[in-house]
Amino acid sequence: MTIQIRNGSVDTSISRRGFVAGAAGLTFAFTLGGMGRGGEALGATQPTKFNAFVSIAADNTITIICPSAEMGQGVYTSLPLILAEELDADWSRVKTEFAPANPKVYGNYHRLFEGAQITAASVAVPGYFTPLRLAGAQARKVLLDAVADKWKVPVSELTTDKSTIIHKKSGRKISYGEVVAFASVPAEPPKISESDLKKPSQFKLIGRKDIGRSDVPLKVNGSAKYGIDVQVPGMVYASVLQSPMEGAKPKDVNVPDVMKVKGVTKVIPLPFGVAVIGDTVEATRSGLQALKVTWDTSGATAAGFDSDKAKADYAAKAKDPSAETKVEYQVGDVKAGLSGAVKTVEAAYWTEYTYHAQMEPMNAVAQVSEDGKSADIWTGTQFGALASLIISGILKTTPDQVRIHQQFLGGGYGRRIWPDAAIQATILSNITKKPVKLILTREEDIAAARPRPMTHHLIKAGLDAKGNLVGWHHRLVSENVDAVAAPPRFKATGGKDYIGARGLDQAFYAIPNALAEYVREDRGMRVHAWRGIGSGYNKFAAEAFLDEVAQTAGKDPLAMRLELTKDKPRASAVIKAVVEMSDFKRSRPGHGMGIAFSDYHDTLSAGVAEISLDQKTGKIKVHNYWVAVDPGLVIQPDHVHAQLESAVIYGLSAALIEQFVVKDGSVQATNFDSYPVMRMSEVPEIHTKIVTTDNPPSGMGEIGVVSVAPAIANAVFQLTGKRLRHLPMTAERVKKTLA
Amino acid sequence: MAATAFTINGKTANVEAEPDTPLLWVVREHLKLTGTKFGCGSGLCGACTVHIDGKAVRSCQISVSKVAGRKVTTIEGLSPNGQHPLQKAWVAEQVPQCGYCQSGQIMQAAALLATNKKPTREQIVTHMDGNICRCGTYPRIVRAIQRASREA
Repeated sequence: MTIQIRNGSVDTSISRRGFVAGAAGLTFAFTLGGMGRGGEALGATQPTKFNAFVSIAADNTITIICPSAEMGQGVYTSLPLILAEELDADWSRVKTEFAPANPKVYGNYHRLFEGAQITAASVAVPGYFTPLRLAGAQARKVLLDAVADKWKVPVSELTTDKSTIIHKKSGRKISYGEVVAFASVPAEPPKISESDLKKPSQFKLIGRKDIGRSDVPLKVNGSAKYGIDVQVPGMVYASVLQSPMEGAKPKDVNVPDVMKVKGVTKVIPLPFGVAVIGDTVEATRSGLQALKVTWDTSGATAAGFDSDKAKADYAAKAKDPSAETKVEYQVGDVKAGLSGAVKTVEAAYWTEYTYHAQMEPMNAVAQVSEDGKSADIWTGTQFGALASLIISGILKTTPDQVRIHQQFLGGGYGRRIWPDAAIQATILSNITKKPVKLILTREEDIAAARPRPMTHHLIKAGLDAKGNLVGWHHRLVSENVDAVAAPPRFKATGGKDYIGARGLDQAFYAIPNALAEYVREDRGMRVHAWRGIGSGYNKFAAEAFLDEVAQTAGKDPLAMRLELTKDKPRASAVIKAVVEMSDFKRSRPGHGMGIAFSDYHDTLSAGVAEISLDQKTGKIKVHNYWVAVDPGLVIQPDHVHAQLESAVIYGLSAALIEQFVVKDGSVQATNFDSYPVMRMSEVPEIHTKIVTTDNPPSGMGEIGVVSVAPAIANAVFQLTGKRLRHLPMTAERVKKTLA
Repeated sequence: MAATAFTINGKTANVEAEPDTPLLWVVREHLKLTGTKFGCGSGLCGACTVHIDGKAVRSCQISVSKVAGRKVTTIEGLSPNGQHPLQKAWVAEQVPQCGYCQSGQIMQAAALLATNKKPTREQIVTHMDGNICRCGTYPRIVRAIQRASREA
């Protein structure tokens, strides 16, 4: 997609393949000047809005709008920093505010989202990079023009630095705050094009190691506000015993018993569960414990689903030549490649369901207006625009009548794309005619899990006489995430699965004949985007299997990766970087070393794991993990390291610990005892490195997850000669494999 | 409903709540000190950690009636202006990401440094292992505690 600039406005062409385009029916015209107070004479009484993203007050405070959700990935700082760079702002006077849900103005025009205002897929920085730069440059131009006009000097003689306009010739200086006292934003904002923007060598803020994140001070003294922290006058509390599976409805509910609980004011059976309304959180919690509910599962696809028993069906589908498949990646002719091969190798891989386990359980405060035609929603959401769209449908109103008040997110990782808590709180507010604060218990949050799917992989590879990889066939069997999380795209692509199939491709490896296909299982689970999406399991299978291929070819796994990436310098550069930093080839007695490469939405990375193994228990200990990444232009270097540390730990947790099984359609876990996640004592030394290139910025939130599991599996093979082909690699599972 | 009186962040609180109400909800919803977070409700994650008479306690696991007459400190009261050595170190090391667990982490760490000014890395890890950080800020938490221990 190209961004065209006309009269200072940014227009983009719209394709209907966008993430929610079909469902939303929204248009994605995007105008930098659209929110400006065009032509008005401005005073010192209120900040001057230059465009939708920036306003400046007479006291030099600069407010920059963050269109994305802050869930720890750093956009509350990085996005304003990008605008501030082109504005030449005094960073110490910049404050961030969250944008309302308004995709027409604040949508992300990254190719993945094409104007949807969603925070996902690690594409906030890449998607907003150019629009925010243009917005900053546009505001700067307005300021410069105003001063040139007032001082009667050519604009070319003016320069800027730290929110100050300087006329070197006369020695005059004026702050942006002083300028807004007399400047006006023209009705037609000045034209800005990419050629007006700074060269990277001119950056003063981007790339600085000493600029910390703006939200950090708020997060060390308890003042950062999350959805769960919101209180509004007159509100009541709600807990909802969540339906154990999609489509299960409450049948018998012991309402009178629960109504006896002190402080409980209402018990409401609803299609998604049973709500307990009360004067206090504690009353609703006691009410919840008193609830006895039987469920009607006749309309639930997941009824009777048993994830362990279903594995036989998944395995059969992987081998069934007549199974309905969707092609997700294709190069050359895989049939010819495999049939002409001198040697072939085949293996099956598995991954289990995983839960986001975001630390802030799902919650929302909703206040529906008296006439039921508008609502205010306070919540932390990755997709406020979807919340307002769905809720407007429920209230039979328009999305602009559903005002989403964005808060900090206590973890997202994909879970907060789906606005279930906001929907439920709205319905409850509409029934009770009061503002409702809904907080899921941890147990409810797990019951309502939107997990990474269970997946099965059958991969075949063919080698020629020289041991070259000439055929690659990867078949993925799993539930379709797009069908649940992005139905419009699911329909538009004829039943493919963008989210679930990510990472099935081999775009960075020179494999002449490759086919990756997807076979759908429909089990009724609420499968969803989970940090790293499909790449998390597809690259586990593919990168671990690649080591099996190397072994068959009699090649060194590292040499094979370098050979396969010889035409992709960015890919081989991260591999070489991680090899160097880990001193990969040095043997460590009693320890195994494994390597994996991965890409994710234009960011490239390679990881190396150093492990040892307790042969008796099967427990893997990761001693060191090295990761090198090429994310193009780096906005905040320290935070790139922080995101890598974070994603590596998330990946370690998924690789070694995390799973739940499903029985009778219900998640078989209730809290952090039955769904353990990684704790401090299990974390290895993590070594991170940025490989600098002059490419445009790509995302950093998820890439670090992807190489962890295959690097560990490959390290275990190096140490033991045994292949681990099933995530998570729990002690129990490893012990079985070693036996 | 019964009234319970205790000290919170140096001030007297008199709260009308059922005696078995977890202190967590009294702090968050009755007293509106929302820096203390709800994570699991079962003492498994540490997000709700506060100090009671100087000791780190999971506020979801103690009834309000049990704190009558005692001194409760939350993240808001750890230092007068957010300048506890740990809070400064947390900023210097850029620890928080989503930030949700960090109040609990800091309160847990503060209880350690109050009794052990120079903890070893191993002591830090043992003391902090009950606090989950899903963003995986653990390496930075360790560094921040070590920094605070050095600089305090």
